[in-house]
Amino acid sequence: MPQEAALTMIIQAAVVVGVVFSAFAGLTVLERKLIGRFQARRGPNRAGPFGLLQPLADIGKLTFKEDFVPAGANPWVFRLAPMIPVIAAVAALSLIPFGGVHEWFGVTITFYGTDLGVGVLVLLALSSLGAYGLILGGWASGNKYSLLGAARNAAQLVSYEVALGLSIVGVVMISGSLSLVDIANAQAGGLWYILLQPVAFVVFMIAAFAETNRTPFDLGEAESELIAGYNLEYGSVKFAMFMAAEYVAMIVISAFAATLFLGGPNGPFLPGFVWLGIKIAALLFIFIWVRATLPRFRYDRLMKFGWKVLIPVAMANVMVTAVVVGLGFAN
Amino acid sequence: MSTTDPGTQNFPLAAEGREALEAAAREQRALTPTERVIASVEAYTPEEAAERTLANEMLADSRPGVRQPLLLNLGPNHPSTHGVLRLIVELDGEVVREVTPVIGYLHTGIEKQCENKTWWQAITLVTRMDYLAPFANIKAYTMSVEKLLDMEVPARAEWIRVLLAEMNRIASHLVWLGTSGLELGAMSVFFYCYRERDELLDLFEMVSGERMNHRYFQVGGCSDDLPPGFVERVRTFAKEMPGRIDEYEALLTGNPIWKDRMEGVGVLPAEELLALGVTGPTLRAAGIPHDLRKVAPYSGYEHFQFDVPTSTKGDSFARYLVRVQEMRESLRIIEQVLDGLPEGPVISDDRKVVLPPREELAYSMEALIHHFKLVSEGFKVPAGEAYAAIESPRGEMGCYTVSDGGPKPHRVHMRDPSFVNLQATAPLCRGGYLADLIAIVATIDPVMGGVDR
Repeated sequence: MPQEAALTMIIQAAVVVGVVFSAFAGLTVLERKLIGRFQARRGPNRAGPFGLLQPLADIGKLTFKEDFVPAGANPWVFRLAPMIPVIAAVAALSLIPFGGVHEWFGVTITFYGTDLGVGVLVLLALSSLGAYGLILGGWASGNKYSLLGAARNAAQLVSYEVALGLSIVGVVMISGSLSLVDIANAQAGGLWYILLQPVAFVVFMIAAFAETNRTPFDLGEAESELIAGYNLEYGSVKFAMFMAAEYVAMIVISAFAATLFLGGPNGPFLPGFVWLGIKIAALLFIFIWVRATLPRFRYDRLMKFGWKVLIPVAMANVMVTAVVVGLGFAN
Repeated sequence: MSTTDPGTQNFPLAAEGREALEAAAREQRALTPTERVIASVEAYTPEEAAERTLANEMLADSRPGVRQPLLLNLGPNHPSTHGVLRLIVELDGEVVREVTPVIGYLHTGIEKQCENKTWWQAITLVTRMDYLAPFANIKAYTMSVEKLLDMEVPARAEWIRVLLAEMNRIASHLVWLGTSGLELGAMSVFFYCYRERDELLDLFEMVSGERMNHRYFQVGGCSDDLPPGFVERVRTFAKEMPGRIDEYEALLTGNPIWKDRMEGVGVLPAEELLALGVTGPTLRAAGIPHDLRKVAPYSGYEHFQFDVPTSTKGDSFARYLVRVQEMRESLRIIEQVLDGLPEGPVISDDRKVVLPPREELAYSMEALIHHFKLVSEGFKVPAGEAYAAIESPRGEMGCYTVSDGGPKPHRVHMRDPSFVNLQATAPLCRGGYLADLIAIVATIDPVMGGVDR
């Protein structure tokens, strides 16, 4: 049996990684298409039908680019940095419950990689680990723009991590568990936590934008000031890895939000993973929509907003939730 | 990267800094402030740097624990320096302590080249200076030449000039708004603005045959009458455009992030702006309603009803509001021109200056001779000098021409508002954030083609 279990595990992992990386490829086209429409233009439409093969063309192009290390760079850190966010983002996938437990062909298949008792904390840890890749990459490039981008990323990470963590506390208190599977199951019959914790959801989403370096928090790679910030000196596959990490992280954080606040894989009629897919897609659409609409924050305002608005609001939410849960209203 | 980094020694900047130092040593003079900055941008080995003034000062403080500024070379190849403006920025963290603009990367020598062209050939060159306001360039130049010739321009020609100049103002402000949006991360605004600007370029193409660098205004009037269908199309545009401006404002004016990035950023009191010679929307945003169309009307601007939008705040947001309002005022002028466009000739009938109508060549010997003389030699302009100034989208666009009585200009000099306004960069940016610097340069709206002539 252990061999069988290991085999199932490997197949599971391969399927999840395969699906998510395809989703990443699809997401890049979707984003460019959608932003094109938002901006009164067509978006990519040359490669394949409706431009659907654009990611293949991109990957093909990037793979054949020269993979160089600039003279001023710290070569080893420069080479290792792009791997960190990819590893962190993919590892985080194992914690997302895509569905329940199924019995197929006599084999028990769970629709999640692992069910850790402290899943929420591990996911948070992995998402912050990813930012180290950006910081180290920017620092190791030996370029002032990259360095400034990395410094901004570091500051942003420290500020928004706190808000992200605090926004989850309410959900954890209501469900009484740090396991993502338990949190998803707790919402199975009853209300989704977005209805019980609307403030936490908003704080979580804002912090999620900052965690994934998306507009309006894309200060680290602000193309108009820092040209491309931390990934300025990166090209070829290393650049593709940063890109992949950013988009996979977006998918992961959307899945995380869907699990915490939108009931995870729960929903009527359709199978669990379809529901989760729909919820993730809806959240990703918000990510793209915001990018097409909002200007970028300024560095100092970003910090002020994080520390003076987001964290106090999240704190207040935690306190109110604590009182309500303590008085026994949650059930 | 520190100045001691071996990787920097092969960078072109190092060579440039060295050249500056060698030139100063050869001429036995002190470095100019700009040269000092160029020379200290990652140029030297520690031994070399120890002998240099500014680099020396900076390295003296490179002991651990001592704060030293970060010199950042922004441009000339940088996405948001409006072409090839180079800014050497001294940063303390993200705070800008000093900015040194370095210009000359788009030097075309147009002013000098004009001296080798006949008076009317030079028109083709001057349109290419401030490439976002070609009609303003030619307008200033032709007005100046007309002043020297003491020439009357027919009313219809003047009205057409006003019409195109105002359309040009909108087109230029659209580029400004779009790129400013891009620079602050509001990407979509760029595409919306360019959509409308494209319609304007189509109209310019209709009237002059070219989308940019139009050679449509002539000394004495316009080269041709408006094409059929043009007036109707402009009318449609003028009807649609206010709604479009509302759209941009809906995206930006009330947007908290946009306001946050703009309000209170890059403020200078009006007196200082005046002392620096700043004109145009940048000055009007600081509360001085100086608009040559009102202060010293030309081309019959006194006949049109329009307001000069001003603000008292003088920050980036005020500059933004003033420009957006100016687009609306320009639309008002356009509608008035379309309603009251007088009939008549579009160019003077002074045969010594203006080409005769094409059909006359078939039957008039006189016309043929004039045509031959004008095309082969050009017209002669009485000796003297003249200065004519107009309100370009960026401020006072003046043209100073000197004639020695021959068929070619002795000197053509443009007082380009981009060049003069750029002087305000350093005082406006000092003490702000790096991100503000980008926003401020955007709201000054320099066009490097105009700066480097």
